[in-house]
Amino acid sequence: MTPPTGPQEPRDTKHPVVQLILIWIVTSAIGIVLVLAIDWFPPQADTQAEAIDKQWDVLLVVSVPIFVLVMMVAIYSVLRFRARPGDKRDGAPIHGNTRLEVVWVTIPFLIVSALAAYGWIVLDDIEAKKPNELKVLVKAQQFNWSFEYPDNDKVQSAQLVVPKGRPIDFDIEASDVIHSFWVPAFRMKQDAVPGITTHTRVTPTRIGTYEVVCAELCGLGHSTMRQGVRVVEPGAFAAWMAGKREEKAKAAEQGGGSQ
Amino acid sequence: MSAAAKFAAPGWYRAALSLPIGIALAFVIVYVVRKLYGYEPFADGDAIITVSLIATPLAFLIGIGCFDYWFRWASGAPTVPDDHSGHGARSWKDYFRVNTDHKVIGIQYIVTTFFFFIAGGLMAMIMRAELAQPGTQFVDPNTFNGLFSVHASLMIFLFIIPVFAGIANYVIPLMIGAPDMAFPRLNALSYWMLPVAGVMFMLSFFAEGGAFATGWTAYAPLSTDTPLGQQFFTIGVQFAGASSIATALNFLVTIITMRAPGMTFWRMPLMVWANFTTSLLVVIATPFIAGSQFFVLFDRALGMNFFSPGGGGDVVLYQHVFWFYSHPAVYIMMLPGFGIISEVVSTNARKPIFGYRMMAFSLVAIVILGFTVWAHHMFVSGMFSWLRVPMMITTMLIAVPTGIKIFSWLATLWKGVIHLRTPMLFALGFITMFTLGGISGIMLAVIPVVIHVSDTYFVVAHIHYVLFGGSVFTIFAGLYHWFPKMTGRMYDESLGKIHFWLSFVFFNLTFGPMHFVGVDGMPRRVADYAEQFATLNMFISVCSFIFGLSFLVFLYNMISSWRHGPKAEANPWRAHSLEWQVSSPPPLFNFDEIPTIVGGPYEYGVPGAVHGVMREKDKDKEPVTAGGPPAVATE
Repeated sequence: MTPPTGPQEPRDTKHPVVQLILIWIVTSAIGIVLVLAIDWFPPQADTQAEAIDKQWDVLLVVSVPIFVLVMMVAIYSVLRFRARPGDKRDGAPIHGNTRLEVVWVTIPFLIVSALAAYGWIVLDDIEAKKPNELKVLVKAQQFNWSFEYPDNDKVQSAQLVVPKGRPIDFDIEASDVIHSFWVPAFRMKQDAVPGITTHTRVTPTRIGTYEVVCAELCGLGHSTMRQGVRVVEPGAFAAWMAGKREEKAKAAEQGGGSQ
Repeated sequence: MSAAAKFAAPGWYRAALSLPIGIALAFVIVYVVRKLYGYEPFADGDAIITVSLIATPLAFLIGIGCFDYWFRWASGAPTVPDDHSGHGARSWKDYFRVNTDHKVIGIQYIVTTFFFFIAGGLMAMIMRAELAQPGTQFVDPNTFNGLFSVHASLMIFLFIIPVFAGIANYVIPLMIGAPDMAFPRLNALSYWMLPVAGVMFMLSFFAEGGAFATGWTAYAPLSTDTPLGQQFFTIGVQFAGASSIATALNFLVTIITMRAPGMTFWRMPLMVWANFTTSLLVVIATPFIAGSQFFVLFDRALGMNFFSPGGGGDVVLYQHVFWFYSHPAVYIMMLPGFGIISEVVSTNARKPIFGYRMMAFSLVAIVILGFTVWAHHMFVSGMFSWLRVPMMITTMLIAVPTGIKIFSWLATLWKGVIHLRTPMLFALGFITMFTLGGISGIMLAVIPVVIHVSDTYFVVAHIHYVLFGGSVFTIFAGLYHWFPKMTGRMYDESLGKIHFWLSFVFFNLTFGPMHFVGVDGMPRRVADYAEQFATLNMFISVCSFIFGLSFLVFLYNMISSWRHGPKAEANPWRAHSLEWQVSSPPPLFNFDEIPTIVGGPYEYGVPGAVHGVMREKDKDKEPVTAGGPPAVATE
């Protein structure tokens, strides 16, 4: 019952372990090329997206060899050690191998520790406060979004318009149930929670119109709670903002209200 | 039997009579309380239904006879502790009454849970039909939200958790050499609470305003201000949870106190270890979901403000309490499967489990770590931001004990003599698919990535890889593996293989592409979606229908083999563990003689090794079927 101390000596194949390692490396390389070739994400429209997409690629590169290893050992074992019809033999009475077990505790531990550290670094990076941030208040209600620019006369808008290149600091509020403010092109998502104000940051880098999506089930109209976000040149943003301010001033003159 | 006696005796007549009594009782309670507080007594139908949802099931449980013995005992009437009148099945009718035999209860569990599995599966089919194209095709958004909510609730609370309890109910006492569970009457009560919960979930479709439509997560404050259907979830969960807790307690006491002589903890099959650790999780964690749903009920029915910010409540608190149960719950839904896979792999590779002690320790590690990761479901919820990194690290660390299990199974295959029977195919399918689910699980621990993919179809893909490719594959493996033991007949091997390949291929074609649509930006829980996802969704829907149909092969195999299959020997797989050393199906009290355990459960290939010996009496004198150990004598 003494556990064997090293890898088993194969009887009729020359070097199955060496062969398997070669197959593993080649298959993993092919797999990595394939998964990296896939166009996973929506357009990359802010600095956060660049960091997150890179992290995603690293995760893929680490994952493929693990999956290939498991598949390869399973398939190889089935092909190589399959019972013949009427085969009444038992397998080799191997109860374990301490050295091997230490290895497969240690290596995964190191891998996940490294991934966690990397995740922490990226997290700090994408959430870092930046100078000259534009504050935007996001207000979620069943079933639409509205936006307010607190530093710009509290201008209100049904569409989110942000200037390219300037860091945005979002404050997020909900008036009824939980919603989740998500712009897939920005990769950033944050729940809007009744009773508290939550925060997220982006720095848009790409001109265009993208979707604001509600990602938290909020009732009947949840799936239609989609609106646009426009990333525009800073000049165009200033012009838009001036127009909005004028509109607001005019409305205040006429109604005296705060619409 | 006279009509009066029929209604007085425990059973379906009395249960039928108890239903109107329960409703009447609810009516009276609501009437009296509202009157006392000076409200209009009849105004509120919702209140009567809410109280009925609690009173009627209790009345039903009394009517069917779950409490008869305890009531007699409590009232001082004569009782016989060794009363076996409700034990065992002599005809099919005995499966439809309160029965104290763990083997009958096991079958009751399995058949009942598969009923709800089919119901939940049909709901998934309707959802996929709706999602085949953008826009509204078959069901309106409210019904759609109800469908995915009831689908998930049935699959989790009425299928995966209890079907494992059912399989364990059947095999655990046999595996440890016990005549039954420690508390057979509590066992019966646990079973009968289950259909109550399932029927309640399904009845919610008939409630005013439709079924509960807030997901199985029932996040407040959405759940505290939706129509009446939500009450069916809030209260139904209490019955499923109580059933789960009572069974877990029963397993713990059974495993701790009723092991055969010589069966130390280190000689227990890993299936027993798995259910021991699962039961620990259940008794510690399940009260938290009961609490969370009671708070929702109080907010809804009594106007309290646990989760309403206007009244000083805390919205995020709900998620903390809910996930403190619901994350351990994913291990409640996985550890028993790990146990099944260990039995199946070892038996069909004819090798000892590689690193048996590490396999047991890794289960314990998962139990402990499982309580330290709940907030990884809440990375974008607006909770304390400092909690995210510690929870990312603990979540990552769970990969280590899980990895130990995967690698140990692979090492068990190595140099084995592998029999590719249906249970083994499902076990191999499980190992590979669960690895994929584990990898997407690691991705879902990395906070920056989760910020993007949380609440998307990527999560839907992940959960189906771990719960279908994971848990359900282990359930199939276990059912095929113990089918001969449970029914005394063999299943059809070819049909089993067809079932495996169909479900394996179409499982991947259905849930694989969901990873892509999720990362590409499709949120989950939506009745409608942006045009750009249309092609893949159509593909997913078509594959899901074939995937759904593959289940019919399994159903046909089980039913026809149970009725007409060839008779099974006691030990068709030449396995070592105790359940295979008794006849198929086992005798009424499992063992005519108490077995003595003299070695480990997986000593394949060790010359002369034996797990258990039956003392003296060996009725058939046939070594293969009754003696067990000599059958593996080396040739």
